[in-house]
Amino acid sequence: MTDKALGDQIPQFGKKDAPQAGAGIGNLSGLAGGVSIQSAREGIAILAVAVLIVGGAELLLRVFEVPAFIMPTPSSILAVFASSEVSVIAQHFGHTLVELLAGYAIGASIGLMLAAVITQFPFAEKIVAPYILLLVTTPMLALVPLLILNFGFGYAPRIIAVALASGPMVMINSATGFRRVDLGKVALARSYGASTLQIFTKIRLPMAMPMVIVGLMIGAIFGLITAVGAEMAGGGFGLGSRLTTYSSVIRMPEFFACILILALLGILIYLFFFWLGKRLAGWES
Amino acid sequence: MSKRQGPKLVLDRATKYYETKTGKVHALDNVSLEVSDHEFVSLVGPSGCGKTTLLWSMAGLHELTSGGIFLDGQAIDAPHPQIGMVFQDANLLPWRNVQRNLEFPFEIADKRADLERINALMDRVGLGGFGSKMPRELSGGMQQRASIVRALSFDPSVLLMDEPFGALDAFTRDEMNLLLEEIWLETKKTIVFITHSIPEAVFLSDKVHVMSVRPGRMAKTFTVPFARPRPLEVMETREFFEFVNTIKSEIQHRPVSKQATLAGAVR
Repeated sequence: MTDKALGDQIPQFGKKDAPQAGAGIGNLSGLAGGVSIQSAREGIAILAVAVLIVGGAELLLRVFEVPAFIMPTPSSILAVFASSEVSVIAQHFGHTLVELLAGYAIGASIGLMLAAVITQFPFAEKIVAPYILLLVTTPMLALVPLLILNFGFGYAPRIIAVALASGPMVMINSATGFRRVDLGKVALARSYGASTLQIFTKIRLPMAMPMVIVGLMIGAIFGLITAVGAEMAGGGFGLGSRLTTYSSVIRMPEFFACILILALLGILIYLFFFWLGKRLAGWES
Repeated sequence: MSKRQGPKLVLDRATKYYETKTGKVHALDNVSLEVSDHEFVSLVGPSGCGKTTLLWSMAGLHELTSGGIFLDGQAIDAPHPQIGMVFQDANLLPWRNVQRNLEFPFEIADKRADLERINALMDRVGLGGFGSKMPRELSGGMQQRASIVRALSFDPSVLLMDEPFGALDAFTRDEMNLLLEEIWLETKKTIVFITHSIPEAVFLSDKVHVMSVRPGRMAKTFTVPFARPRPLEVMETREFFEFVNTIKSEIQHRPVSKQATLAGAVR
């Protein structure tokens, strides 16, 4: 049996679409330089700037006696982590994490699978494409009121919202990766008698990996945004709901402590996928 | 084993049409060819004469519209373990290091890699110790050496080479030609070699088959008279030069396509 795609293709190596620059994970990493500190001098400079910004903010807020409901001092925000409130915040953070992980696991795996399957059928892909685009561009947060109406104030509407937000992001980026077939590489595998499954696992998947990881990262970030937003829309638990609570009772240090945690989580997500990209798709950069 | 007397590889009136967006393309027209065991033949011809299509068909990667390809008398319609292929660019998998690239054929066949053979071949082509390098860390010539090792790792009896040295600079190309001749003399594989370079074809081959353009047809066959092993200096002799020119004129004086005829009329 010959490969259908190969059979219909006039072999011309010169004309194969080269993997476009700009698609790889390396190019999405504006922070890449900051991830690894090259020298002691660089480290000291980075630390000095951080101290200057945080210390300067502290100083300015104190000197001008800015009220805490406008902007709390950095020290008061840090003090929250030493207070008894931290256990409450930690508990709510746990809820957020559960929603994010569960929703993301569902959304990302469905998105990835759909991308892998649909790109094998160009005709079906054309038909489905507009709906996928619609799912990508619609802010899934907008559906949360409806989801709450249908599923109540528990985990369910949030997990669904996270899945809906992350899935299409994973899918659309992974699909770009899976579409990047190098017929020469497929022919190579075929010439050793590779099966369709082997061609997928040993050629198409590794080839798509850089874009798959980009999709997984964007999906995770969108999932985080949606999880917090959904929590703000209703239900009494999760960091998002803490944000509304703290701001309504003007406990700004606690409010900003939550923001700080969310920001750190976002950075952690980014760093994780950056590391994963270097490990699994480092060959491209 | 008794019928090993016949030719190793036979093309019998191979014909191929492609369906493309702009219509049907007649790529090959009744191409017949016989390659003996241990023979080194080259296919030369203008771009678009179907050389690559022909080679891919021999590798079992294409289906012919009609006609047949036979290896030791057996019809080929799917990739065959006795046929190894060397591609135009080295075609190494960029996400695997050299060693893992060389183990790739064994992985596909779900067999244990013949590391002894791989290492011996690596040493033979001067790549010993480069196993842990990534393909992008190697020069073009080294990448192509690795891909030759990959094709030989399975010990196929036939090697199909699709313009393997086309992208290399002149010096590396000479070096690779010399290496390939040595390897061929040592292993006595049956080799079908595609190239745009007539001197390269003459230097390497026992026979040079000239193809004509669109649809691809066998135009003429030249038997190369130079003795083996051929040193690179043979390419500077008058006889070599004249032989190359004879083949060149054969290619140029065959305006089979309409465009070529028109171009001739305008001049």
